Amino acid sequence: MAEAKTTEKKIPVLATQAVENDNLKAEIRRLKSEGYRLVTLTCVDLDEEHVDLLYSFDKDLEMVHLRMQQPKSTPAPSISDILFGAFLVENEIQDQFGICFDGLVLNFENYLYLEEEVARTPFCKYSVIRKDAQ
Amino acid sequence: MAKTIIPFGPQHPVLPEPIHLSLTVEDEIVTQAVPALGYVHRGLEKLCDIRDYHHMIQVVERVCGICSKIHAMCYCHGLEEMMQVEVPPRAKYLRTIWSELHRVHSHLLWLGLFADGFGFEALFYQLWKIRERVMDINEATTGNRVIVSVNVMGGVRKDLSLEQIRWILSELELVESELKALESTILDDYTVKERTVGKGMLTKEQAYDLGAAGPTLRGSGIAQDCRQLNYAAFSDLEFEPVVEYDGDSYARSKVRYRETLQSIDLVRQALHKLPDGEINVKVKGNPEGEGVARVEQPRGELFYYFKGNGTKHLERLRIRTPTFANIPPLAAMLPGIELADVPVVVLSIDPCISCTER
Amino acid sequence: MNMLSKFLQTSRIKSPWVLHFDCGSCNGCDIETLAVLTPVYDVERFGIINVGNPKHADVFLVTGTVNHRNKKVLKNLYDQMPQPRAVIAIGACGLSGGVFRDAPNVVGGVDKVIPVDVYVPGCPPKPEAIIDGVVKALELFAAKS
Repeated sequence: MAEAKTTEKKIPVLATQAVENDNLKAEIRRLKSEGYRLVTLTCVDLDEEHVDLLYSFDKDLEMVHLRMQQPKSTPAPSISDILFGAFLVENEIQDQFGICFDGLVLNFENYLYLEEEVARTPFCKYSVIRKDAQ
Repeated sequence: MAKTIIPFGPQHPVLPEPIHLSLTVEDEIVTQAVPALGYVHRGLEKLCDIRDYHHMIQVVERVCGICSKIHAMCYCHGLEEMMQVEVPPRAKYLRTIWSELHRVHSHLLWLGLFADGFGFEALFYQLWKIRERVMDINEATTGNRVIVSVNVMGGVRKDLSLEQIRWILSELELVESELKALESTILDDYTVKERTVGKGMLTKEQAYDLGAAGPTLRGSGIAQDCRQLNYAAFSDLEFEPVVEYDGDSYARSKVRYRETLQSIDLVRQALHKLPDGEINVKVKGNPEGEGVARVEQPRGELFYYFKGNGTKHLERLRIRTPTFANIPPLAAMLPGIELADVPVVVLSIDPCISCTER
Repeated sequence: MNMLSKFLQTSRIKSPWVLHFDCGSCNGCDIETLAVLTPVYDVERFGIINVGNPKHADVFLVTGTVNHRNKKVLKNLYDQMPQPRAVIAIGACGLSGGVFRDAPNVVGGVDKVIPVDVYVPGCPPKPEAIIDGVVKALELFAAKS
């Protein structure tokens, strides 16, 4: 078995564009009008207070990612009214991380995958108390 | 007209896997479909906390048994890119060969189940008989029929001998000729056309806006195939994405039929060009930073997101499977069709629920 | 045993109807279970037929891990099946939870919820092993009824 070439390794970073709760929807509308297709949302647990939400888009096999840091205690704006395809993944994040989405067009209210006996936040290192969007 | 809500699934004769749909019907016409998931959910992305990144290959292979090889390839490809590991060319070709064999068996499986979905049992049996040849190739070359488990970080675990290559080529010859003998039945038979043409329409704009993937996207006239990203050995092989323009169940099944033949051709090309050399390299160190990977699964675009923190456990692994992307388009296809056509339309996106829920 | 019940027992053993439920499997075991029904393995030569209705079924094939949602469906299907009945758990996941046993939403093997008569190991088991499991279940079935 040959050894892999050990070149100077650099830590790979994902090129992302930072957005805030206020300008998220405007950015999503812009990408949609420019002909981008939603690939998915990714939620990454950062610490006790915050998660990262990554919005991945694709156009002609080129990807664009938006990154939004979201406090766990406040609901994030839902983009499912602009892109209906996002409703499923937003529900999934609600289930797994306890983040609430404001204005979800089809809301399973934390029970997309989980039943009452396990409805905690299984993907968080520190589980959080769920808060309703209202 | 009074509205009735009909539950469809989770245990339903045409569904090999449990998914539930609440169908609102007026007379015989479906007006709304709301999917309910969770019957196959395991939460396996979280297993990266307790299994190290080498062991996670075995876990991601079991996201879905039908395309297990392609999941493992996407995972390894993504992490190798992050860790800047150069995979030997022979390993790249071998990965391509097994992944295209998986596409052949997956599409044959689906064509069979689809035929079974509208009651064409004879076609179902014929197609599954052909599929067994591909399963035999898997078993003979890797040791297992379904979950082949050939990928390791830095390459593959098994090699092909010259004798095996010759045998695979002769078997593929038979698969191709037997499949072509059924072509007129799959594409032109009265029963097939009666049940699929014009059923489950998805326009080009809808498909794009709702984020459809794979044959569902290509059946609506958008030529996008992640194999054009040239991962593994696809940069050296010749192929064009298969596109159909009608956007109905028939167009989607035509895409899959033509892709089966295309994949057989790709395997053949790869076997002829197979370079000599090592089949794997040793991978040192732990993943750090962030990365994404995309490959084309039989059902469409597969997306992985990795976040490593320099330990042997990944901090976050996110898997977006094609069926997950195809559920919103399905909810858009169902309104307006007759209740009796629901099974056919549901099957037409090639639903893989264990992928969807993971 | 009178003649009628003897007749019933013979018929039941010679032509068991099978209900297959995917209980959170990765599809690997499901497609192998389906492959058993197709011409190459052709389990219909034992008089076995796959049905979708639990009230018609004698043998219950279960694949995959049990989670908190589908355990209710599993129990429900089992309860609907008439006596005598046999349960076969297929694959590593159905036996113990397999590779997923530590995942957040997994209860474990099928036997955590319903009694299992025959265990078929493998990931996924080969179609021959599944046929063997069904035949084993029929022997138990004969003893049960």
